[in-house]
Amino acid sequence: MKRPRPPTWLERQRYLLDFTLSSLGRRKGKNLALAALYTLVVFALASVLLYTQALRSEAMRILEGAPDLVVQRVVAGRHDLIPGDRVERLSKIRGVQEARGRLWGYYYDASARANLTFLVPDRFWGKPGEVVIGEGVARTRLAVPGEPFPVLAADGEVVVLKVRETIPSFSELVSSDLVLLSEPDFRRLFGIPPGLFTDIALTVPNGKEVSTVAAKIRGQMPDTRPITRAEITRTYEAILDWRSGLVVLVLAAALLSFGIVAWDKASGLSADERREIGVLKAIGWDTSEVLAMKVWEGAVISLSAFLAGLLLAYFHVFVTPAPLLAPVLKGWSTIYPEFRLTPVLNPFIVSTLFLLTVVPYTVATVVPAWRAATTDPDEVMRS
Amino acid sequence: MIRLQDVRRVFHQGRPDELVAVDDVTLDIADARITVLRGPSGSGKTSLLALVGCMARPTSGRIHVGDREVTSLPEHFLTEVRRLTFGFVFQQFHLVRGLTALENVMLPAYPLGGSRKALVARAQALLDRFGVGARAHARADWLSGGEAQRVAIARALVNDPRVVVADEPTAHLDSKLSAGFMDLVAALRDEGRTVVMASHDAIVYDSPLVDHVVSMRDGRIVRGEP
Repeated sequence: MKRPRPPTWLERQRYLLDFTLSSLGRRKGKNLALAALYTLVVFALASVLLYTQALRSEAMRILEGAPDLVVQRVVAGRHDLIPGDRVERLSKIRGVQEARGRLWGYYYDASARANLTFLVPDRFWGKPGEVVIGEGVARTRLAVPGEPFPVLAADGEVVVLKVRETIPSFSELVSSDLVLLSEPDFRRLFGIPPGLFTDIALTVPNGKEVSTVAAKIRGQMPDTRPITRAEITRTYEAILDWRSGLVVLVLAAALLSFGIVAWDKASGLSADERREIGVLKAIGWDTSEVLAMKVWEGAVISLSAFLAGLLLAYFHVFVTPAPLLAPVLKGWSTIYPEFRLTPVLNPFIVSTLFLLTVVPYTVATVVPAWRAATTDPDEVMRS
Repeated sequence: MIRLQDVRRVFHQGRPDELVAVDDVTLDIADARITVLRGPSGSGKTSLLALVGCMARPTSGRIHVGDREVTSLPEHFLTEVRRLTFGFVFQQFHLVRGLTALENVMLPAYPLGGSRKALVARAQALLDRFGVGARAHARADWLSGGEAQRVAIARALVNDPRVVVADEPTAHLDSKLSAGFMDLVAALRDEGRTVVMASHDAIVYDSPLVDHVVSMRDGRIVRGEP
């Protein structure tokens, strides 16, 4: 018996992959349809995951600049305006570095049929009578700098303000529906007398003291509700999780049907494939080589579909404005923020997606092949 | 030399449909000779051929390939013996559809690795030798019966086996092509290879090129027949 030099692992895999590729090419229609369906599912799933992940990190980035603690006054469980003298009292609590009264409120804009958020910033750089607006507001109102910005005031009168500029947004996610204005204008529009604020923002430099400070406030001012940044963060996360959960739920039906189709396609060997495995065994292929070939086959289809789906999802979420998901997943007013999300590719998400898609499919292709490959090779002679 | 001692092959043993395909066969197959297993359908030729070619294990008895006892070898080692010692030509040729003639010839060598360039050259040389070199890039399903058979022979030889096993190789050929096939087989024998064929075609077993004819009936060797 002439013994050739033993093949290297790589050489053998190269030949097996070679055969796999030509084998896939021979069943082009079936495999292309399967890969396309597979890509679509990965794309949908990856889009939701990438989008919510990016929104979450965007929101968290914004919250980094949020106050450590916000104190609201509550009257019979309802949010009410808080007197300005509380600012002084709160700033004296140990651990609080600074307390400042904030003025903000929602305004229903009948012409745009949207809720706008009016806010007096710490330092408003415009003059009284001017507003600085978010890009979403500018889009809906077709407002450009220098144009009048009419608003219905609390006393029923129309106050005409002037657009100074649009907000140079680092993130339109929160600035889209924002209208910044001076304190006197705000008080006039919302009918809030001097000495009252919407809420009070506190700066507590030591993060560990936040909950203690909150407890002290609850004790000293029973009519208030302190809200920590951690609570706001949790609310944001809950909203995002809830939204992505809804979409994933809708997708679940699609996923399930894909699973059934894929399992059926991958696990059912046609008579042709079964015969082919018999021939390979008869001409000297080992069971392990037939299996390796089938693993390659499953891996080629599922990996390329996985990569294509992931790339398409990345493009959809971070390059285009995610037209398929934006209406469901972002914005809680009529004014949808238009923004580019900062690309985030979380390794945990990628590996979860990989485990949920590539691994089951590859296993589904191998099991029936293993059954066919363990039969005696002489079956082929008797067929 | 391939030696079979008291070999039996039973299908569905112990069940109501038990079938003894090969029954107590003892046989020596000489090296560099053409041996033909002849007999009617169901006589056990193909089952015996499968045992000779290490494609199946006997239910009882022993088989030696050269000085190696192969009956008790684990599957992996049996496969290695099969692919290095034997080349197979099947009744239906069993070329893989969709692949080219050249790829079909290369197929048995894939698990052995080695240089691809050398393998392509070897496969092409074999196709040239059997007169189908020009059809190397034709898909197997486009080949005529005669072409398919010659591609199947080329495939059987790609790993340079010592023994060529052929099951009813002329079943799908006309008389002229069958005679041509016997010439090819004689050439293989002349270069030192052992050829074992199962056939019930008189062109094969009556050929003066055949060295040894083994007659079979009901799974047993029938002595005293030509």
